[in-house]
Amino acid sequence: MRAVRLSVVTAAATAAALAAVTGCTEKSDASSDDHVVEVTATDSKCEVSKKEFPAGHVQLDVTNKGSKVTEVYLLFPDDRIVTERENIGPGTRQKVTAEVKAGDYRIACKPGMKGRGIRQDVTVTGGGKATKRDPRLDAAVASYRQYAQEQADETLPKAKVFADAVKAGDIEAAKKAYATSRIGWERTEPVAESFGDIDPKVDVREDGLEEGQDPEKDWTGWHRLERSLWKDKKLTDRDSELAGRLIEDLTDWQNRVGKAEITPTSMANGAKELLDEVATGKVTGEEERYSHTDLVDFKANVEGAEKSYELLKPVAQENDAALVTELDKQFAALDTLLDTYRKDTTSYDFTSYDKVSEADQKELSDAVNALAEPLSKLAAAVVAKK
Amino acid sequence: MTDTPVHSGQPASPAPTAATAPSRRALIGWGGAGLALGAAAAGGAVAVARSVDDTEPAASGAGGAIAFHGIHQAGIATPVQDRLHFAAFDVKTTDRAAFVQLLKDWTEAARRMTAGRAVGEGAYGGLAEAPPDDTGEALGLTPSRLTLTIGFGPSLFEKFDLAGLRPEALVDLPKFAGDNLDRNRSGGDLCIQACADDPQIAVHAIRNLARIGFGKVVIRWSQLGFGKTSSTTPDAQTPRNLMGFKDGTRNIAGTETDRLKKFVWVEDAKDADAAWMAGGSYLVARRIRMNIETWDRTSLQEQEDIFGRDKGEGAPVGKAKERDEPFLKAMLPDAHVRLAHPDTNAGATLLRRGYSFTDGTDGLGRLDAGLFFLAYQRDVRKGFIPVQRSLAADALNEYIQHVGSAVFAIPPGVRDKDDWWGRTLFAGTPGGTNDPKEA
Repeated sequence: MRAVRLSVVTAAATAAALAAVTGCTEKSDASSDDHVVEVTATDSKCEVSKKEFPAGHVQLDVTNKGSKVTEVYLLFPDDRIVTERENIGPGTRQKVTAEVKAGDYRIACKPGMKGRGIRQDVTVTGGGKATKRDPRLDAAVASYRQYAQEQADETLPKAKVFADAVKAGDIEAAKKAYATSRIGWERTEPVAESFGDIDPKVDVREDGLEEGQDPEKDWTGWHRLERSLWKDKKLTDRDSELAGRLIEDLTDWQNRVGKAEITPTSMANGAKELLDEVATGKVTGEEERYSHTDLVDFKANVEGAEKSYELLKPVAQENDAALVTELDKQFAALDTLLDTYRKDTTSYDFTSYDKVSEADQKELSDAVNALAEPLSKLAAAVVAKK
Repeated sequence: MTDTPVHSGQPASPAPTAATAPSRRALIGWGGAGLALGAAAAGGAVAVARSVDDTEPAASGAGGAIAFHGIHQAGIATPVQDRLHFAAFDVKTTDRAAFVQLLKDWTEAARRMTAGRAVGEGAYGGLAEAPPDDTGEALGLTPSRLTLTIGFGPSLFEKFDLAGLRPEALVDLPKFAGDNLDRNRSGGDLCIQACADDPQIAVHAIRNLARIGFGKVVIRWSQLGFGKTSSTTPDAQTPRNLMGFKDGTRNIAGTETDRLKKFVWVEDAKDADAAWMAGGSYLVARRIRMNIETWDRTSLQEQEDIFGRDKGEGAPVGKAKERDEPFLKAMLPDAHVRLAHPDTNAGATLLRRGYSFTDGTDGLGRLDAGLFFLAYQRDVRKGFIPVQRSLAADALNEYIQHVGSAVFAIPPGVRDKDDWWGRTLFAGTPGGTNDPKEA
């Protein structure tokens, strides 16, 4: 039987619902009691005065009765942030407002401003209820968002080791810290790229500069420092300044990951985009033209793609089992091939790409094509409904 | 309905291999058709589509379609089209069933493209989240007499337990005098020759087949060609090669049934060591680089002496017309026509479908150009090898160099819509599939 119809609508409706919410408002229908939710935060609890309230302008009235500084979030089911307030000190009270459509949400308090927080499910009632998405997909997006956040959180300390070495003028230490400082970024690059402004600051290559931009003045980020370390073989005051700026820009990324627009289809397409990154930049050796650490980025891109895929797999399995079989096979094949370029499968010490022969580069390219082509069909397998 | 199908992005027929077709097709079903026809029921869409595909287009003029089904594959005796995209592939999968499925998927795609239709569910109108099945650059163009011809290289027979079926006539070519072969332009487990009157159509075909093959096969090398240098239609004028000469005047014509039978097609009874090849042929492909710049500064007399023909009319030495019977002894002993002629080679005769190529310039500013030589024969040992050995003394060798080389067994044609490329090789051999044709 081939007469299978699809639900293309699901994803689109969800995207529309997400877009229809704004974080803040000056309108004051929140003054009506219906729209005020008292949130009482302690070090171990996050109590809300009501678990159901009408759509419209909502005010979270937050009191921190704990001993730690806390923060409060209103979250979509997929963990995307509707609104948030940080730095609510012990014993203080803060108001947070948002315009909210009908649907399911969560309120989270984060004592100590760390971790996933203590959560309460709440329901916003009223007309215009958004189409319900498969809860497994919401869970997949929430897990992926958490993954992206962890990658950013883990990257910062590594990037600081790199930046500090640059500032100290220690070329060898900086070279050693360079590739590993990029792994978290490379694993989740499509999320970072979705903000538009961070990627050109931290990951642009010289040929990516726009017309009129001066490489000496306008080129910032990892690859500029890569050039100083491997090509110029010296570190200057300018490099120290750039190292500082890299940390600032990466901190910006870390702070914004939670607000990224992530959907099941963007996860699936993000996985494909990571492979595209490999196919166009890494497999040619262009990405890391001075350090030749392309295989580290390559591995990180594949790992990030695999993460998205693994999270979406239960739904894809149901809609297109043959695709899942093929993807499992091709991911395994590429991983096995990549492992031949490192001594130990837990290390990110990969063969320098200038030592990889042309024939071996073609083999890597063939393996990427073999995976990326079926991976381009993952988004369809995620939105399709039987 | 017109006699000349135009490439359509919309689905036209249910794939006969639906049960095992690429998964997304099964998944999205008639989504594309359903959208295009508004509220039409899926079943209705199928019915409409069927009526389109049952009309197999007949061979027609320059823009028309060449029949895909037949005893022999199209693209050999077929009147030579203007353009070529030739691709050699390496097989990466070790899974015989997966490879057989690819041959079936390829056959279906080839059947559609040669009829001027889009691959799979088409190039548009499908699921917005998925890349289209067809890449789309052939939309709105006519079939342009596209032919797709598959061949199997010697190295394929080392895979899938096929060693015992490798025909004796499919020999590894010996090293010839003057060969300077680049391994990146040589060999291949299999090849697909796409010929069409429109380069976009030939490129589209190889691109889509390569895409369907990702994960199972990879392109090893490919070659674009233009300006056919051989004709299989003797009433048409013999085309010129990039040296400006007519060559291959005595090529076997597509209508010369006797000579085709004698020199090109493999016969079951007489070539019994490979019964599965009955109706097939053997292909030798050579990339022959020309030293264009030095040739162009060679005197006219020397050029004509080298070929053994005059440049204007193409007549053999001492004769008036191109098609006059050449008198070989009137030519210099190292003249190209003299050495290549069947009379010099114990009657060895080839069917040639060569194309000119130029891949821009090399690093020294020299035109990277020449002849992409494609010769079909019944037995490589009696066809290309003796002729090429004879050409060791060719005066032309000062101006040419063979830089790429490959040889392939060209299996018989796909008989009907249930048949597929390579069935006679893969069916009925160890690990064969459960195709009804094999029972």
